[in-house]
Amino acid sequence: MRRIPTGVFVAIALALAIGLATAVSPFASPSPDGLEKVAEEKQFLDEGRLHSLQEDSPIPDYAFPGVENERVATGLAGFVGTLGVFAIGWGLARLVRRRPDNAGPRGAPA
Amino acid sequence: MLDIPIALHIPDGFLSGGVALACAALAIAAVTYALRVANVELDEARVPLLGVLAAFIFAAQMLNFPIAGGTSGHFLGATLAAVLLGPWLACLVMAVVIGVQAFAFADGGISALGANVLNMGVLGALLGGLLVAAAMRAVPHTRAGFLSVVGVVSWLAVMVGATATSVELAVSDTIPLGTSLPAMLGVHALIGIGEAIITVAAVSAVLVSRPDLVGLAPEELKQPAPQPLGQTLGLEA
Repeated sequence: MRRIPTGVFVAIALALAIGLATAVSPFASPSPDGLEKVAEEKQFLDEGRLHSLQEDSPIPDYAFPGVENERVATGLAGFVGTLGVFAIGWGLARLVRRRPDNAGPRGAPA
Repeated sequence: MLDIPIALHIPDGFLSGGVALACAALAIAAVTYALRVANVELDEARVPLLGVLAAFIFAAQMLNFPIAGGTSGHFLGATLAAVLLGPWLACLVMAVVIGVQAFAFADGGISALGANVLNMGVLGALLGGLLVAAAMRAVPHTRAGFLSVVGVVSWLAVMVGATATSVELAVSDTIPLGTSLPAMLGVHALIGIGEAIITVAAVSAVLVSRPDLVGLAPEELKQPAPQPLGQTLGLEA
């Protein structure tokens, strides 16, 4: 069985992620999620607050700023967020990956 | 839009300083160890996979699905990450996702970031990875066997996360355990079904396209499927 190359696999998976975040997330359920619902019912929801670091968060509450249409704002937030997470995940992985070229004191040549 | 500063995860204000700090210490310890594991285990070829898995989990977490009683749930992904990359690299993936959500999207608190990484990431990834590996010693190494284990474990991981959240809320004096735990487990028993469906679907898609990338799959499943027609036998590259 022929396996698809890693690059193609990553491209397909990323396209799927971007598609979901951009085109499907605007139609996700707006109902409160599990924790939020319990907090509402048991009356401790009001204790939640934003950290001061979050007052200037770039895309608060998954709504792209300056976009009137809520669905478009959510879709844009999903698009930007997915690409951003991909870049940060890849970047972090690159930083911390195993380096074959300086692998320990004995540095086995490749 | 909601005008409540809370979207999906624990916001600041729910946990006491001590609990938030303890959770942060545990999360930092796990992520630090995970970085060391990456330094030993993460080969060049899997670098983009870590990025794309984080992106997929972020995207899937945006897709709140309705469950009973005007409540929604969303995918967590720790078990998926653990099954694909192993438990420690999965901790890194989840920390990236939850960190970006907190800092860029104001989703989940900053003081509560450690608790969110612990509940939705570290616990699910480590426990999920451990349980899948342990269960596969008893379960037949077939596709159906493996996927069943993955489904059950991903459901359990959601329940463990919900339990941890309830315990943290109780120790913080926000809400007694007896009040929150039944409510949290009731809701998350349903959310966990969604988690299991998405996790099984994603793992089986990877098993079909690139079985070698399913890190926790039994070796039998990582090999190319035997060719029933035998058309490639003896034609090694």
